[in-house]
Amino acid sequence: MTYIPSKKLTDNAKTVLEELNTRTEPLKPKDRMAIPAQEMPSQDPAVRRCNMEEVATGYTAEQAKLEAERCLQCKTAPCVAGCPVAIDIPGFIQAIADGDNQKAADILKKDTLLPAVCGRVCPQETQCQAPCTVGKVLKDIEKSVNIGRLERYIADWEREQGLIETPAVKPETGKKVGIIGTGPAGLTVAADVRREGHSVTLFEAFHKPGGVMVYGIPEFRLPKAIVQKEIDTLTAMGCKLETNYVVGRTRKIADLLEKDGFDALFIATGAGLPRFMNIEGENLVGVYSANEYLTRSNLMRAYDKERAATPIFDSEKVAVLGGGNVAMDAARTAVRLGAKEVHLIYRRTEVEMPARVEEVGHAKEEGVIFHMLENPKRILSDEKGWVSGIECLRYELGEPDDSGRRRPIATEGSEFEIEIDTVIVAIGNDSNPLIRQTTPGLETNKWGNIIADESGKTSIDRIYAGGDIVLGAATVILAMGEGRTAAASINQMLAK
Amino acid sequence: MSRILEKKQLSETVFQMRLDAPLIANERKAGQFIILQLCEDYGERIPLTIADADPDEGSITIIFQAVGQTTKELAKMNAGDDVAALVGPLGTPTHIENVGTVVCVGGGIGVAPLHPIAKAMKNAGNKVIIIMGARNKELMILEDKMRAIADELIICTDDGSYGRKCLVTEPLKELCEQEPKPELAVAIGPPIMMKFCAETTRPYEVSTQVSLNTIMVDGTGMCGGCRVTVGGETKFVCVDGPEFDGHLVDFDNMINRLGSYKKQEAGTHRCRLDAI
Ligand SMILES: Cc1cc2nc3c(=O)[nH]c(=O)nc-3n(C[C@H](O)[C@H](O)[C@H](O)COP(=O)(O)OP(=O)(O)OC[C@H]3O[C@@H](n4cnc5c(N)ncnc54)[C@H](O)[C@@H]3O)c2cc1C
Ligand SMILES: Cc1cc2nc3c(=O)[nH]c(=O)nc-3n(C[C@H](O)[C@H](O)[C@H](O)COP(=O)(O)OP(=O)(O)OC[C@H]3O[C@@H](n4cnc5c(N)ncnc54)[C@H](O)[C@@H]3O)c2cc1C
Ligand code: SF4
Ligand code: SF4
Ligand code: FES
Repeated sequence: MTYIPSKKLTDNAKTVLEELNTRTEPLKPKDRMAIPAQEMPSQDPAVRRCNMEEVATGYTAEQAKLEAERCLQCKTAPCVAGCPVAIDIPGFIQAIADGDNQKAADILKKDTLLPAVCGRVCPQETQCQAPCTVGKVLKDIEKSVNIGRLERYIADWEREQGLIETPAVKPETGKKVGIIGTGPAGLTVAADVRREGHSVTLFEAFHKPGGVMVYGIPEFRLPKAIVQKEIDTLTAMGCKLETNYVVGRTRKIADLLEKDGFDALFIATGAGLPRFMNIEGENLVGVYSANEYLTRSNLMRAYDKERAATPIFDSEKVAVLGGGNVAMDAARTAVRLGAKEVHLIYRRTEVEMPARVEEVGHAKEEGVIFHMLENPKRILSDEKGWVSGIECLRYELGEPDDSGRRRPIATEGSEFEIEIDTVIVAIGNDSNPLIRQTTPGLETNKWGNIIADESGKTSIDRIYAGGDIVLGAATVILAMGEGRTAAASINQMLAK
Repeated sequence: MSRILEKKQLSETVFQMRLDAPLIANERKAGQFIILQLCEDYGERIPLTIADADPDEGSITIIFQAVGQTTKELAKMNAGDDVAALVGPLGTPTHIENVGTVVCVGGGIGVAPLHPIAKAMKNAGNKVIIIMGARNKELMILEDKMRAIADELIICTDDGSYGRKCLVTEPLKELCEQEPKPELAVAIGPPIMMKFCAETTRPYEVSTQVSLNTIMVDGTGMCGGCRVTVGGETKFVCVDGPEFDGHLVDFDNMINRLGSYKKQEAGTHRCRLDAI
């Protein structure tokens, strides 16, 4: 990926569109596939390394129209099967091509509550865009129709026009639903249950709602204002929000049901327990979990050194361990906080990296140094107990393992050291045990995830669960999808 | 948001506040803490022990030493002002049991978190011996409250301005040498004091609990910033603690980690404080 300035992208789009507009006969599939895939305009890497503002600035109207014209409107619509919530993709794209943005927005809203978020953060290349016919024919997944970017375009258009209306709420039923956790799963249930006229209270442990979308995913990838807008809509619908409220500590689940009169509860507490590598030196000064590093920077705004009371390391040389979205976010945050060198260390190759392709590209453009097929053995300490370096081993890929990915095998005697002062461990999250430990009878699996059936119901009556606490660390769209399902069964139960 | 109901100054740098927090007052047990924040956008989240609670009034009491930005700002607030965010009760409550004789050792501000534990130990039927230490007489807090609980109270100061002129480890050692020796020691204070208390009791095999005051962010097990090494394993102080077996804690590592932000806190933060 080489950086193309936004101006050039938009100028190119205008030229192509003018040409198309001169044509009289309808476009044939061949013509559509000849339209160049529209790159996402973004901030210049040299500039954005020093700011927290959003990197991808969004399609222009011309680009959106052109990208929409690339869609073949396949009868079988394989893309829809790739989307976890089965959005009517050809439908909304046709509306854009027809110039009817409002219709596109309405189609999206039928299946997703958070199009501005999902358009930005879905791993499209493994979901809706993976089976896209255009990508298949052109034999390049990067040439698939950019469904996510179009989704974002419409969501942003609607928001910026001030067209988002507060959804209608049915007359009060007198039934009370409590939602624990305000990530995508919790917010979705709140909206769907409130619409039916039930009273809704959202409980959030932190002082700000939004879950990972606020404390984990950085501003430069998902502006906080977008998430806040969703929360404002919920409060406008009459949902109550209780922040600084840790269910299990401030109040137990049983008390909410028995003493506080909640008719149903939805647990959406996410996967908030950082995994460490259990290697020597992991508790030295200068080793962070990605959760801590990102929370300090995002939620506590430590990047705003002038104003924020929460400190964060002034690092010179950083090592980030891992290859997922969390690792990319941590590495790119370290760049923005002023680190001179950021090394991303991953034990497989780029092909196996679970991060979104776009984030990997952006991280490279911003100067993150990728170390593939390497893994840390121990973290080295100076005489004061602070991180001074990291010792790694080189790896090679062996036979595929259970996950179908080729298993990395350490090359003996290949140890080498990198001099660094900060380590960020980003190798994944397990589920937080707090609710499980304080709620007798709530069944969990061996990883500590709450067990819920296909309707979102747990082992306890009137208690539902969804999102990462059920799935293990997953995605925003899956959490939202689970929320939709659980909300439907909660509404059904309460209607009885 | 939580209203300050009352404020008292206990010494030059130590303050006591009663806060309106009905849910927390109702649930909290000895050994638990809260996290508070003075501004939801830019404020730091700092942990403070719940020194006392009144479920009927719906209030909790905190006692804190003004050491840095947040605690100094808090010290300037008064009854009627609101603390922007208050969350709790956090942490695992102290395991309270009648074991026989318990020595409670409090150093400096550590007496504040020690008080509810000593009280609960007494109510459980233990004989409670309290050792209180401070640099000098002016810094000694909660003496009356502790005296009301203690079967025996020993006071020491570093400079001899009050009670015995010695460190708290000296009377602790004497008690361990007595027969019968105490069944349990609970030591709360500066990390270095807890470390030496644990070293003092170790040869006598007197089980010793310490309460660790690591740096925290969320206080719910989400970030791992509070982690310490206990018996070779990594533990999260906010959920697995704050109390641990003092004989197993790697204090040197904990003390190092507490110093993580010394540079930043001494630099930019300090300048802004002086400007206030
Ligand atoms: C750094 C990072 C980057 C990511 N990037 C992407 C991406 O690009 N694309 C993507 O699709 N997914 C991404 N993910 C994953 C995605 O964010 C999650 O799958 C999704 O947010 C899960 O939603 P959820 O509603 O289950 O829970 P969460 O978003 O985790 O929210 C849970 C909420 O519950 C609160 N809570 C926890 N316990 C309690 C309690 N006891 N009482 C009250 N409240 C409680 C938490 O404070 C939190 O606010 C990323 C995750 C991280 C950490
Ligand atoms: C479970 C728990 C219970 C606590 N209970 C009490 C209490 O009842 N009363 C009380 O006065 N304090 C208590 N503390 C310590 C208190 O949290 C810190 O004093 C406070 O965070 C300092 O914040 P600050 O912004 O004022 O200072 P900062 O500007 O953040 O720091 C000032 C100085 O204090 C050091 N420091 C920072 N955080 C801590 C910390 N957590 N512990 C010790 N030193 C620290 C810094 O290294 C720096 O030198 C407790 C800590 C924990 C973890
Ligand atoms: S598969 Fe691709 S081309 Fe076909 S309808 Fe879906 S987005 Fe359009
Ligand atoms: S929600 Fe995600 S997967 Fe579904 S169409 Fe939108 S970007 Fe694709
Ligand atoms: S303070 Fe974050 S895990 Fe303990």
